[in-house]
Amino acid sequence: MSTAVAEVPGARPVNYLNAKYGIRSWLLTTDHKRIALLYLVSITFMFFIGGAAATLMRMHLITPGGALVQPETYNKLFSIHGIVMVFFFMIPSIPAVLGNFLVPMMVGAKDLAFPRINLLSWYIYVVGALFTLYAILAGGVDTGWTFYTPYSSTYANSHVIAAALGVFISGFSSILTGLNFIVTIHKMRAPGLTWFRMPLFLWAIYATSIIMVLGTPVVAITIVLVALERLLHVGIFDPKLGGDPLLFQHLFWFYSHPAVYIMVLPGMGVVSELIACFSRKRIFGYSFVAFSSLAIAVISFLVWGHHMFVTGQSIYAGLIFSLLSFLVAIPSAIKVFNWTATLYKGSISYQAPMLYGLGFIGLFTMGGLTGLFLASLATDVHLNGTYFIVAHFHYIMVGGTVMAYMGGLHFWWPKITGRMYSDAWARFAALLIFVGFNLTFFPQFMLGYLGMPRRYATYPAEFQVLNVMSSAGASILGIGYLIPLVYFIYSMRYGPIAGPNPWRATGLEWQTPSPPPTENFEETPVVTEEAYAYAQMAPPAAVAGRNAGG
Amino acid sequence: MPKWLRLPLLPEGMPVAEATAVTHGPGSSQHAAQHIAHQFVDADQQHEAGTLGMWVFLVTEIMFFGGLFAAYAIYRGLYLPAFEYGSRLLDIRLGTTNTAVLIASSLTMALAVHSAQTGKRKALIAFLLLTMVFGATFLGIKAYEYVHKWDDFLVPGLRFAPTETLPAGVTLPNLQLFFCFYFFMTALHGLHMIIGLGIMTVLVILSRRGRFSADYYAPIEISGLYWHFVDIVWIFLFPLLYLIGGRY
Repeated sequence: MSTAVAEVPGARPVNYLNAKYGIRSWLLTTDHKRIALLYLVSITFMFFIGGAAATLMRMHLITPGGALVQPETYNKLFSIHGIVMVFFFMIPSIPAVLGNFLVPMMVGAKDLAFPRINLLSWYIYVVGALFTLYAILAGGVDTGWTFYTPYSSTYANSHVIAAALGVFISGFSSILTGLNFIVTIHKMRAPGLTWFRMPLFLWAIYATSIIMVLGTPVVAITIVLVALERLLHVGIFDPKLGGDPLLFQHLFWFYSHPAVYIMVLPGMGVVSELIACFSRKRIFGYSFVAFSSLAIAVISFLVWGHHMFVTGQSIYAGLIFSLLSFLVAIPSAIKVFNWTATLYKGSISYQAPMLYGLGFIGLFTMGGLTGLFLASLATDVHLNGTYFIVAHFHYIMVGGTVMAYMGGLHFWWPKITGRMYSDAWARFAALLIFVGFNLTFFPQFMLGYLGMPRRYATYPAEFQVLNVMSSAGASILGIGYLIPLVYFIYSMRYGPIAGPNPWRATGLEWQTPSPPPTENFEETPVVTEEAYAYAQMAPPAAVAGRNAGG
Repeated sequence: MPKWLRLPLLPEGMPVAEATAVTHGPGSSQHAAQHIAHQFVDADQQHEAGTLGMWVFLVTEIMFFGGLFAAYAIYRGLYLPAFEYGSRLLDIRLGTTNTAVLIASSLTMALAVHSAQTGKRKALIAFLLLTMVFGATFLGIKAYEYVHKWDDFLVPGLRFAPTETLPAGVTLPNLQLFFCFYFFMTALHGLHMIIGLGIMTVLVILSRRGRFSADYYAPIEISGLYWHFVDIVWIFLFPLLYLIGGRY
């Protein structure tokens, strides 16, 4: 049992970071804020592993014949990049780091509903990551992140089972995280915090959690079936033995398409917070933005077949999946329009988090619109399996999710650590990432349109210019990601004290000291007004505080 | 909290609030307060969170088995003769017995929850133990069936070479596919049963220590939900595997 946090005059206030010391106090913590930091460290580690694989790939592709590695090694590089980035960075990124830190604070609770399960899910994540790292060190895996059968189950001569087990195990981490969020948002909201007073970040996390709970078990069981087939040589998905490889793809994409929304929905939640705060306005069309999150979650389960237009699925199924895929554009567009309308006549300031927020809107829009090319049956036949797809989903995942994750990290960093980072460096890094990102991936749209297939270690000489552009962009992008690592770590010791609410943002998390005490709030907060009441908020340079009128 | 989530496990016709109010004696709120974890405001919130948590978990479980059921359904459609033939190779008497055993265990589990709610400690422990006996019986019969399949060369991958000649329209790989699903689905179900027995063991130990009372029985109730869920999975597995074989 923890005791109430007492302010000792003259001494440093007790907060979650200095309440206890030592490695045990971290590894056995049940404090959601500390668990968020455990996740932050582990997914950053995985991010740089996945990033290293990407760097090697882009270096290799500088010359048409391949500059660096053997083709087999190249196959392993893109598989490692995909598996690590999707399952061990993107999926846990915003939910497990920012969500863990913020959900209890935004609902005004002391912790998540099940703190020990929360810690357990971090350990499960670590075990899953260790399996995957083992697969990498033991010689890698070359199936791509999609584990398509029968290649993965029969022919692949690499460490498929270890990698698959890693993905399987980490799935339970995301199921338990989602379960915790759903229960917390349902049952632990502070007095007065009705559903329609919740920050949109919570709506987005709620919708994400639904996908995690419903989708992840399906891919988990599918991956076990692949491992069994590989181990026992039975023909669950092997056509030679009567199995159906298309069934694997159905089961895989039933999760893995919604998983795209596990990745991007929380990003949309972050961006809603950023846009409102740095425009000093209530978000335009609050309930539309809130419900569009749920709509995306629901529709996301009905579109998986658009990954299989050319793999032998019935043409009628293709027609319906195409139509449903277009439908998912509607709630996504609702969000983009509402963010834009929020900016209209707002008093916008371009601090680092806002740069990421604006970057998200632009890049997500491009990623979304190019997704429509792929949702159309006819154009997909041309573009499927080319770099166009690679560019499209990187615009969503990197241009969307990673931008939002970085924006969220910059926005809540003062809350997490109590310190400010250098705004000048942060803006510089944000611009560098934006430029580097576009230089990396825009040429890939062109490469794909011209017909360069993905996952090949070599390419015809006529594609070299665009490939060199892409590789050059990747090096800028890489530096852009390294700079924040430096100034974030620097700020933890030398950054100026942030104070409880440096951005003068609304939301319960800003009404408590930075870093927050272990129990989050001195007393349970009571909510009396809508989210984003920026109209009542004091203008710049005023004392951070909150006018409770309404 | 939608009340229907809790109602099935309460004494019939008794609204939630009453059921807890009736059992509240003097000083019981203090007793209950000992069990409230720090993140919750009060016992009600804790109880509701725990129950909702288990329901959400069960939704995950449904999807977990759901993927398998979907795959089973597709292959049954594709290879109907093989699946019917495979189904006839299963021992329907043992399957039926196991179904009865599991339904009985659900009854004793429900009675255990009822005993917990009414504060009858001895009955609670007895019903929990009885549930465990039924669960173990089920697993024993299942293991016996597995051994027989091993003897009959019907274990896919490891020892698969049926001795009888296959009827027309049935190929060996397709029959093996049926047994893949038979073993994987029943083994996954059995794993859930084993986990359930582990939970029951903990509950019995805690009950003996007097941890539960009419004010605090959430772990019993929540574990009951899990147990019933595992039973229901079997209720679907039994006809799919044993009955749809065209033998009447």
